[in-house]
Amino acid sequence: MSWITKTFSSSIGRKIVMAVTGLFLCTFLVVHLVGNLQLFNADNGAAFNAYSEFMGHNPLIRTMEIVLVLGFGFHIYDGLVLAAKNRAARGNQRYVVDHIEQNSSWHSRSMALLGSIVLFFLIVHLYNFFGSLRFTDVPRDANGNEDAYALVISAFKNPFYVVLYVIGQVALLYHLLHGFSSAFQTLGLTHRKYTPAIKYIGYGFSIIVCAAFAAMPIYFYFFK
Amino acid sequence: MFPDSKIPEGPLAEKWDKHKFNVKLVNPANKRKYDVIVVGTGLAGASAAASLAELGYNVKAFTYHDSPRRAHSIAAQGGINAAKNYQNDGDSVYRLFYDTIKGGDYRAREANVYRLAQVSVNIIDQCVAQGVPFAREYGGLLANRSFGGAQVSRTFYARGQTGQQLLLGAYSALSRQVAYGKVKLYTRTEMLDVVIVDGQARGIITRNLITGEIEQHAGHAVVLATGGYGNVFYLSTNAKYSNATAAWRAHKKGAYFANPCFTQIHPTCIPVSGDYQSKLTLMSESLRNDGRVWVPKEKATAERLRKGEIRVNDIKEEDRDYFLERKYPAFGNLVPRDVASRNAKMMCDEGRGVGSSGLAVFLDFADAIKRNGADWVSQKYGNLFDMYAKITGENPYEQPMRIYPAVHYTMGGLWVDYNLQTTVPGLYATGECNFSDHGANRLGASALMQGLADGYFVIPYTIGDYLAQTPPKPVTTEHPAFKEAEAEVRARVQKLMSINGTRTPDDFHKALGHIMWEYCGMARTAEGLQHAKAEIQKLRREFWSDLKLVGTEAEMNQALEKAGRVADFLELGELMVDDAYHRNESCGGHFREEYQTPEGEALRDDENFTYVAAWEYTGDNQVSALHKEDLRFENVKLTQRSYK
Amino acid sequence: MAGSNPNAKPMNLTLKVWRQKNRNTQGGIVDYQVKDISPDMSFLEMLDVLNEDLLRKGEEPVAFDHDCREGICGSCNLFINGRAHGPEPGTTTCQLHMRKFNDGDTITIEPWRANAFPVNKDLSVDRSAFDRIIQAGGYISVNTGGTPDANEIPIPKEIADRAFEAATCIACGACVASCKNASAMLFVSAKVSQLALLPQGHVERKSRVENMVAQMDKEGFGACTNIGSCAAECPVGISLENIAILNREFLSAKATSNNLA
Repeated sequence: MSWITKTFSSSIGRKIVMAVTGLFLCTFLVVHLVGNLQLFNADNGAAFNAYSEFMGHNPLIRTMEIVLVLGFGFHIYDGLVLAAKNRAARGNQRYVVDHIEQNSSWHSRSMALLGSIVLFFLIVHLYNFFGSLRFTDVPRDANGNEDAYALVISAFKNPFYVVLYVIGQVALLYHLLHGFSSAFQTLGLTHRKYTPAIKYIGYGFSIIVCAAFAAMPIYFYFFK
Repeated sequence: MFPDSKIPEGPLAEKWDKHKFNVKLVNPANKRKYDVIVVGTGLAGASAAASLAELGYNVKAFTYHDSPRRAHSIAAQGGINAAKNYQNDGDSVYRLFYDTIKGGDYRAREANVYRLAQVSVNIIDQCVAQGVPFAREYGGLLANRSFGGAQVSRTFYARGQTGQQLLLGAYSALSRQVAYGKVKLYTRTEMLDVVIVDGQARGIITRNLITGEIEQHAGHAVVLATGGYGNVFYLSTNAKYSNATAAWRAHKKGAYFANPCFTQIHPTCIPVSGDYQSKLTLMSESLRNDGRVWVPKEKATAERLRKGEIRVNDIKEEDRDYFLERKYPAFGNLVPRDVASRNAKMMCDEGRGVGSSGLAVFLDFADAIKRNGADWVSQKYGNLFDMYAKITGENPYEQPMRIYPAVHYTMGGLWVDYNLQTTVPGLYATGECNFSDHGANRLGASALMQGLADGYFVIPYTIGDYLAQTPPKPVTTEHPAFKEAEAEVRARVQKLMSINGTRTPDDFHKALGHIMWEYCGMARTAEGLQHAKAEIQKLRREFWSDLKLVGTEAEMNQALEKAGRVADFLELGELMVDDAYHRNESCGGHFREEYQTPEGEALRDDENFTYVAAWEYTGDNQVSALHKEDLRFENVKLTQRSYK
Repeated sequence: MAGSNPNAKPMNLTLKVWRQKNRNTQGGIVDYQVKDISPDMSFLEMLDVLNEDLLRKGEEPVAFDHDCREGICGSCNLFINGRAHGPEPGTTTCQLHMRKFNDGDTITIEPWRANAFPVNKDLSVDRSAFDRIIQAGGYISVNTGGTPDANEIPIPKEIADRAFEAATCIACGACVASCKNASAMLFVSAKVSQLALLPQGHVERKSRVENMVAQMDKEGFGACTNIGSCAAECPVGISLENIAILNREFLSAKATSNNLA
């Protein structure tokens, strides 16, 4: 093994991969959210469809898509490896009585579970939109753009999807509440002056992003 | 004839340097042909093992703990003395030497103590280089505090955890040698005997505390760094595992035991709260820098306090007797330990003691808090205050602490010459395990100093002198002496397992401790000591006929471990009593009520007792033979110690 | 003060204690009753009472590790009612006193559980993995003698204090025991940051962190997921900040050291 693979397969190395990819995925969330805010435009989806068309065909975006897939891939793979190793490290005999809830928060201990829920949501989400847009012929709107907006409306007529999307965002919220500041800790980016701020920015980020995403299915279900 | 103490000739200040030049050296290429066994991995053992391995010897280090870092050196709180004179307050090697000799009530060897003071400065350099985080001033230089028995600030410290930091420094040096393969570490392995081949120490017999296996280990020399025997008293500030077995086994194999009755009672311990008590907790003597010791002036007030009719904070300033400040205005609360302890006992004997048992005095920080604020006090003593609060459930920031003396340290130990060699060639004793440097009373912050001095700076030189005269042939366990020693150990273990009586090892230990504390503790009388001797003999007979153990010897069996140690305490206790009985004087930690000044201070008899009492084992239930090593004071004039 | 009640009555308790003959056998919980326990007893003194009782009855006493009984040697290590060292924060098992419990309580006592800490017997576990991690690099390579005068290296008080705080780790293993991942990062980070903070430690800074982390992984400890249980249960208050320092040291060592292995 070279020093690189050794570094990134060590316990701290894997954590560094988790942190870097996690923060990268946070930037993706921002981009994705900003674009999707077009859904709230009162133009029957004209702006949203234009944005969607752009995202689907711009070469730079298409390249970044590969990076994004890699980001997800490493985050998920290392997450699963770490979860398995960490579980094994405890050994076969668990505590008969364990009150770990008295010394740590539930969501910080449940990152693998929360991540898995988010992953399930992500697969459904990709099937709903990305899959349809990329792999099937979608009707076009008045401007000649693929009518992604119509897909959104039809998907969120289904209460099952609405509930699933909201659950997905709640899971993401808790995942981020721990993950955001945890990534800084893992990268060693702590300082007595700045760490408290990072923590609060993390909270704010998680709540705003997830609330905004969750508002979309709810908005469409009730108002469209 | 008494064995040669090998003190070098010449002026005091030149003895050690001369000696270092005169000792024989082992050629660097030959060092790897010698195996040295080090038993114990506290300050003295870990520092010796690491330093010897660095020189090139093959070291086998043994500890009964699960890790070398658990040795009781770790619990030392206050600090370590060194004659650095960083404070520019008049300290010097000679002053540290003088304070230590005087503090020891003129019962220590001048040459050894001077050497200790000399190397004290190297210890601090060594520890800092290892990364020991001593307390520092804002300018980045090292800080000092003052300690009992000295009028200069020469104590280096790491908050209230100096022993921990120093031990972790030695442990890290040891770990490094383990990684290099120069030290082979045996954890959870207890030494149960020393093996003598042709009159020389050539190995040890051990028991693996997890599997119960009895094993033989050979070496060209054996260093015992196994600590003191304060647990003879059952209740002491020593750790629960601390025991005398290694030293006592060596004694029974020919090593003389020196001054066994010199035990130190530490004045600032948390008082006993009930029969179930398993150990006593010390609070650093450094507390006496800012705490003021007092009891109520009137016996009646103390009585009302004990009954709970009044509270301590109700007692007015003028009704308090700050007895140490009153009696010793020059040193005040910072008198040496034996003086402070004895005075606390006197107050309680007068009926002015406090606490529900009446066996406690107050240590009050109200003035320090008023003067410098609670934060300042917390900065300096926070961990001690927290510990006190945890144990007693009382808040020492709001009401004074209650303290009482407790057995803390044993100045006596295996007799060693200037080279730290016992009367058995090839068998060395370092640290608290030997008797050498503290006389009849040890000054605060000097135990860490001595342990590290022996391990880092003395034994690496002196052991070479012996090894250089030993052929560098491999040593093995093939000699019949190993088989014999192993058979003895096995027989003894099996004997313990097979008694099948009714009383537990702890039960016997408590009974012994009671006898020792009552008759051979802070104050002793000839009559009491004779009584104690008979009681101990009786108890020992009962032990060997009524001990109860369960399980087997071929597994982890903590009660069996305990029983072996108690068996040795039952023999050592009697020797302590013999020693205390024979020494018809009071000095340092040894206070015979018959020998005191009109003011109640210890009254030495320099004419008849200026010697080290070294006892030779002569057989089971036989009277030990007393040998006397005369102490010659060529530099210090013997005076009545005065701290007024 | 809180918890202190000088008039508290002796207590009767039910103990559920993990009993296990040795490393190779299965263990299980056994129930015991202890009577007349004084609130002023320490937790270990309460176990002494149980053990004396068992021994007198001809039953095997419960094996557990302990030594100094003043909270500094790091030997004692009991998992009490689902918490490392019991319910009281900042306290080792030996410093936990029975006044924190009530008459009639049931107390479950288990050993530390981690793959890297196999059980020796009953409540005693093997923590030699910690020693091997220190042996991998938790030291400054200076031989005895020949060191410069102690005051030749001025160290800012604030740095010395922080190094001291990291150095107060007692290696009890509560961090591993309470971490859901059985991670030893708090232990390792305490030593790495102590030596990284001090100028004396800078010489071997890179190899130290690389080797210690490699050994930590080899011993089978889990990875840190920053849940904070370790620091919350640490009896001497080792801070999570040390783990961040460890991560930083590791990253910068891996990025810049000449070690290609």
